[in-house]
Parts: sequence; C-alpha cells; structure tokens
Amino acid sequence: MLEIDHLALDFLRYRGLWQREAVPCLRDVSLSLVRGEVHAVVGASGAGKSLMAQAIIGLLPGNARLRGELRLDGAPLDAPRQAALRGKRLALIPQSLAALDPLVRSHRQVTWAAQRAGVSAPRAAAERALTEVGMVGDSARRYPHQLSGGMARRVLLAMATAGEADWLIADEPSVGLDPAHRDGVLDQLRRLADAGKGVLLITHDLRHALSVADRVTVFHAGTTLETAPADAFQGRGKALASGYARALWRALPDNDFARPPVHEVAPLA
Amino acid sequence: MIAPLTRRLLRLVAVLGVVALAAFGLMQASPIDPVDAYLGPQVAQVSPEQRALIAERWGADQPATQQFLHWLGNMLRGELGWSRVYNAPVSEVIGTRFMASLPLLASAWLGATLIGFALGVIAGTREGGWVDRWICRYAYTLASTPTFWLAILGLLLFSVTLGWTPVCCAGPAGVTRDELSLATRLHHLLLPALTLSLLGVAQITLHTRARMLELMRSEVALHALAQGASRRDVAWRHGARHACLPALTLAFASLGELFGGSMLVEQVFSYPGLGRATVEAGLRSDVPLLLAIALFTALFVSVGNALADGLYRLVDPRLRQVHP
Repeated sequence: MLEIDHLALDFLRYRGLWQREAVPCLRDVSLSLVRGEVHAVVGASGAGKSLMAQAIIGLLPGNARLRGELRLDGAPLDAPRQAALRGKRLALIPQSLAALDPLVRSHRQVTWAAQRAGVSAPRAAAERALTEVGMVGDSARRYPHQLSGGMARRVLLAMATAGEADWLIADEPSVGLDPAHRDGVLDQLRRLADAGKGVLLITHDLRHALSVADRVTVFHAGTTLETAPADAFQGRGKALASGYARALWRALPDNDFARPPVHEVAPLA
Repeated sequence: MIAPLTRRLLRLVAVLGVVALAAFGLMQASPIDPVDAYLGPQVAQVSPEQRALIAERWGADQPATQQFLHWLGNMLRGELGWSRVYNAPVSEVIGTRFMASLPLLASAWLGATLIGFALGVIAGTREGGWVDRWICRYAYTLASTPTFWLAILGLLLFSVTLGWTPVCCAGPAGVTRDELSLATRLHHLLLPALTLSLLGVAQITLHTRARMLELMRSEVALHALAQGASRRDVAWRHGARHACLPALTLAFASLGELFGGSMLVEQVFSYPGLGRATVEAGLRSDVPLLLAIALFTALFVSVGNALADGLYRLVDPRLRQVHP
C-alpha cells in the first residue's frame, strides 16, 4: 500500500533581497493507493496534482519544503528509499511529451529506462513493453518528432512499464489525445491495475477517469477534499460528501451542466 | 540535393569575391609603398628612374581598378602570382606555410574542442558544485586573456625559466625541415599548440555548460531521474548529446578566430607558418601573397561552416528532413 498522510508542501522564495517567504502549494493531501486499483486524482489545473506526483517519487525542486508522511508497504518512504526505488518500484508517466529526448530513437529510450530500473535483459524488456502498447516494427524505431501524440504517449507508457515497477503514477497520461487513443491509454492503465499494479491516475478529466477508476480523490487548491468509490459519482451526486465534488460532478455536460452555486465553492478556494 | 549545393557554392563565390575586394582595397589604403618595402635599406642607392622602372614592371603605376582586374584575370586562370617577400610563386609559399601551420592549427583546434567540451559537460552536470565553480573561474579568466600575452607568459615560464620547451621556431637553427625528427617537431609544436588551444577552450566550455544546465533542468532530465538514472547518467546520455550542437557550432565558427590567434602565436614563437607569412606580407605590402592568403582563409572558414551544417544533421534528427 502506498500511503500519503497529511502531506503539505511549501516553496521557499526570496522576497526582496533578504526576506524569505514560504509559498504554500499543497496544504493537506491524504490518500492511500492499493495494488490492483486505478485510483484517480481529479482536480483543476494548478491544484497541485503534479507536485504531489513529484513528491511521491522524490524529485521536487531544491527550494521545496515537505511535511507530512509518505509510506510504502508500511515503511516510511523517505529520500534515500525514494532514490533506491525510483524506476524499480515507483514509475512516473510524465505529463509532457517534452519528456522524451528528441535526439534519441524511441526504442532506445525505452531500453535505457529498463536499464535504469535494473532489469537483467533491458533490450528484451523494452521490446516487450513496446509490443504491449502496440508499438512494433518501424514505429518503435522512430525519433520522437516523427511520432504522433498518441504514439508518443504510448512510448512514455512503455518507458514506465519496461522496468516492471509495482506503482505507476500517471500524470495526465491522456491529455491532448483523440477519443480512440485516450481510451487506449486508459484501458492500458486498467489492464496494468488488473495485473496487480497500483495505478495513480492524475487527471482533470473526471468523466473519462470514472470509466477506468476504482476510486476517485477530489483535489482542490492543494487539498484532497474527499475520496469516494467511482460509483458514488452518479445521479445528482448525493453519495458525495463534499460540496466541491458534487459541484464538479454536476457541472459535467452529461449531467446537469450546472454552474455551481458560489457559496459551495468559495470557502474552499 | 543539387539545388542547395549550388546555392551554397554561389554564396561561397560571392563571399570570396567580397573578401578579395576588401583585402585589395585595404592594401591600396595601406601607407606602405610596395617598392620601398621591397628595396628596404637599399632605397637610398636607387635612383627615381630605377624605382619607376620597378613600379612599371610590377604594374604598380597603373590605376587600382586595372591592377585588380589584372589580378582577377590571372587568378581565374589559376595563376596566383609571385610573392616578392619570399621570391617564390604564391601557391608554393601558401602550400609549404600551410603544411607547417596545419599541425599547429589541427592540434590546437582538436585540443580546444575536446577539452572545452569535456569541461563544459563536467561543470554542467553539477551546477553550483565546487568543480563547476572552479571550471567557471578558469573559463572566465581564460576568456579575458589576450593570446599574445598568454604566449609570452608561456615562453617566459616554460622556455626561459624552466627550459622545458624551445624558445622559437619549428626546429633548431641550421637544420632543414627534412632532417627534423618527429620528436623534435612535436617538442617545438607543444607550447604554441597549447597556447593556441587555450584560446578556444573557454568559449566552448561556457557554451557547453550553458546548454547542459538548460538540459539538466528540463523535463527530459526529470523524466530520466524518475526512471532511476543518476545525474551522471543523465549528463552523459542526454546532456552530452544535446551539448554537442553548440559545441560543434562554436568549434567550426571559431576556425576564423583560430587563424587570427595563430598569427599572434606564430609571431611570438617565430613559428614559420601561414600566420607569420600573413604578417610579413602585410608589413611589406606583398599584395599577391596577402590576397591569396585572405582568399585561402575565407575558403577554409567557409568549408568549416559547411561541415558544421552537415554534422548537425548527424546529431539532430529533426534537422535531417529539411534542406536549407
């Protein structure tokens, strides 16, 4: 189990020459990720979802100050443990396609990822991971700029799975994709969870996250408001505890397409 | 494929034409009279009639335009003219001088590129670390040091005080070029080449480092670290690859500077190369030789830049599809 317990994150910055101030980015983030589950974290852009992902793998910028606790299988997940497990047990699917090195062929980057994760036969592992995402033959040998958005996403997915990590943190893995490719990526994440991995799906797309997620955590302004099973999001959202989550659900075009009443959201913002 | 090549060649011809015209114009504006420079101290023993005769034989009495056209015509027929300073055909002077300069230029260029690139990558790997700070200090100091001054300091320390390297020339006095052993040649080459290569190191180091820093803060680096890569792994697999581009650009763009630097260094070390021949030709108004050297240098630098363009395509696949 991967637990995030009351995580808070500040960035230190200088105001003027001498004064240092802390800018809070995450205030109170708690959730627990279980193997075999797709756990969606849904929230608006700028809510701090990606920072949470970086905090889990331990790659925050130097001026970040972290409080609260991370635990993996009961033991604290501190910096040395994060460094040891990165790539091997914890894998990140980055949000931006700029994460691919433009000067290196895709299959080679996947092989490097496998090598970095300490896989004994990195070439074979890369081949397997690429085949799993449907990148075979010539398309796997292309340079990133020769790939379509969907293909590049699949290469990123292959890089995360080539090392056979148990915990996958997918940061907006389907952003910018057409419906067919988006569903392809989400289905792949579902299959990985069914194969026994724990998948954290960070997204702002509640509607499509619900199609694969077991549980959903609603994130707002650096705080996790509530975690609910995916089937709580139905009807008029009566099963949801927080006003924000209900408002988010009801604002979807398929539902009421309702503009949330101001008093329900304002105190949280 | 053919069209860009032709365009490039046409551009090269235009560049050479402008260089020839500019060099000729400068020589015309030079206060040194070629006949006086040729005669040297004997100028007092020569009557005005004899001077006029020399000028007429050289064509120095004709208008500048006609002189230039005459030279251009000969040049197009492959006739570079006669060097008055060395009393030999210009093509021969350039040939032997260039062959003497080539080891100096090549070793200095290779040294500067490789050392500069390695230092830049090492510094960029650990930004702000003590290694980075020392490499930066070294590069800034070097970048603000004039070549000739560095050459003189090197001579004072290694040749005069320590006596490790010879004081001048490409070989001991009184020995012809063919008799020199390889060891002697290298021994004479060492200090000039080292001085000249130091000139280029600083620039390449600083630009390589800047590109490295950019990469180490990029999403590519973050992603690689998330895969469990060490900083060194990221630096060599991703960083060095990306930093190749600015390093290549600079290495080839600096060929011109290298030539300029070699003039100063060859002058200080009395190294009988092309750089020294240029200085001699300028000081004694040897127009055919100077024009030919200017053209040769321009050609050399242009070919270098064309090579750099070709190499980019090897390094960066994104450039392979588009032709300039």
